[in-house]
Amino acid sequence: MSNATPNRGIERAERTSAADEAGQSRQTRQSRQSRQSRSSRPVSLRKIISAIIVYALLVFTALLCLGPFLWLLSTSLKVNANVYKFPPQLIPWPMNFKNFSDVFHIMPLWTYIKNTILMTGMGVLLNVVICTMTAYPLARIVFPARNFVFYAIVSTMILPNAAGMIVNFIIIQKLHLYNTLLGIVLPSAVSVFNIFLLRQAFITIPNDMEYSGRIDGASEFRIFWNIMVPMVRPAIATVVIFDFMAFWNSMIWPIIILDDKEKYPLAAALQYLQGNLSYNFPYIAAGTIISVIPIIIIFLILQKQFINGMVGAVKG
Amino acid sequence: MAAKLSKQQKSRAGFAYLMIAPGVLLLIVFTFYPIVYGLPLAFTNYSALDTTKWIGLKNFHRAFSDPDFYVSLKNSLIYVVVVPIIQIIAILMAVLVNTKLRFVGFFRVAYFIPVVTSMVAAAIAWKWMYEETGILNYILRTLGLTHHDIAFMVEPKYALAGVMLVTIWKGLGYYMMIYLAGLQSIPSELQEAARIDGANRMQVIRLITIPLLMPFVLLCSLLSVMGAIRVFDEIFVMHGPKGDPINSTLVTSVYTYKVAFQDFDFGYAAAIGLVVALIILVFSLFMFRYTRKGGLTYYE
Repeated sequence: MSNATPNRGIERAERTSAADEAGQSRQTRQSRQSRQSRSSRPVSLRKIISAIIVYALLVFTALLCLGPFLWLLSTSLKVNANVYKFPPQLIPWPMNFKNFSDVFHIMPLWTYIKNTILMTGMGVLLNVVICTMTAYPLARIVFPARNFVFYAIVSTMILPNAAGMIVNFIIIQKLHLYNTLLGIVLPSAVSVFNIFLLRQAFITIPNDMEYSGRIDGASEFRIFWNIMVPMVRPAIATVVIFDFMAFWNSMIWPIIILDDKEKYPLAAALQYLQGNLSYNFPYIAAGTIISVIPIIIIFLILQKQFINGMVGAVKG
Repeated sequence: MAAKLSKQQKSRAGFAYLMIAPGVLLLIVFTFYPIVYGLPLAFTNYSALDTTKWIGLKNFHRAFSDPDFYVSLKNSLIYVVVVPIIQIIAILMAVLVNTKLRFVGFFRVAYFIPVVTSMVAAAIAWKWMYEETGILNYILRTLGLTHHDIAFMVEPKYALAGVMLVTIWKGLGYYMMIYLAGLQSIPSELQEAARIDGANRMQVIRLITIPLLMPFVLLCSLLSVMGAIRVFDEIFVMHGPKGDPINSTLVTSVYTYKVAFQDFDFGYAAAIGLVVALIILVFSLFMFRYTRKGGLTYYE
């Protein structure tokens, strides 16, 4: 084990850098305490060595996963002349934060950010409202043709939607929604998957909740809004997270539907600009970093729900 | 049947219809109608230029004598090779983060970051690393693996593998999470019992862990086969709408986009889409059969 010492160094560095991850470290600290109290015998050499190997692998994999973004970050802090320097500068020197303020002058970045927020906000809101409304009766109200509606909806998940994008483009044109925000959002304003997920959640609510509301004379809408919706909050959170990510990162549909580059969201704008700005890579790098920061922040804040939602939705 | 409903039930049914109306309306316009309309579209010459005519199977004849379509189909099938690679690496990663060591939560989050960021951002980062003067060539040279700079983005023999690597890199964290959930859902009593019965570590893995993980492997494989056939953004960002260089990264979705939104040949694009959809359908029915056999109704 000739590389034991540097690994320890990395391990220590990880410890300090991860320390600000409050929730996470609290949890691990607790589990460590419980483990220590359970076994007070000295840790064997084998255990130490295996821990070192595991940490080395963890750090190596983390570098592979984050490396491209770190490299992009490093590039975004370089002056243009240093970008092609050989050997490459891993840590840019002198650090040039000006790229980040410059990109706001070179491209209408605020406009793109505003467009992205509008598109994402509207897409998520429509999905939550409409999918919840659609899922609820399918789960809890007996009405004629209910099963027919449900199976018709679910069957679209299996049937191949061969020309989906093409026909949707034609429909959007016929509705005179070409080059509008609504034209981007509307085709994905309801998702069969979300309806399925929410219906599943509504089904699991015990009947007593509904009966007590009914006895108290609550209207159908009140039962839905004040009793049922709060009960399916985890499923709604999953829908929000999924759609937030999908809308925030969407590129090709906005490119197809929008004629006006000023209306582009971030991902589409980046794709468009990387051709025009290829002479100055630090600018593109800075723009790219700016575009991913909001979604990474949202992810870090919601990571628990995010990961649970991902896993839960896939496992169904 | 409606006559049997009481007055209260009738009002509830009315409420139900009111509630599902917006969702169902949107689904009819943007999901059902495209399915119904997309089929006949493939038998017409619908385009931006001509008056629309029914042309029968001509689009399909054209597809099967179109060398670009064959290339795109071939490349899409090659792309499916990423699936087993993703599964193996993702399982290894899941095993790695399934330990109870400190900070393992931090690493899980780190591995998931590529999943949440946009493919455009990821593809731009990789495109830059693939440059001849880029960091990848530098690393390869420093490690002594190459002696001259490789033009990953320009040489046709590297281009497809290059985008595949981006797809794999971005997807790994996602599948890792599913496998992690899979590993954690295996009751530890089962493994402990086997150990007590004298099974060694390999036997536990072979006889307990792998069989119980199989439904997850099949599910992830299905998801990534679908993903591999639909792959679009990374190729569009890195190699443009034609799948350059020399069609080497042309896959079916990129070709469909080109035919539809660059040549405005909607009828032909719909026909290509239909052929691909049928291939996917056959593939997924086949996979579903196996998933059922593996038992998605899983021990819990």
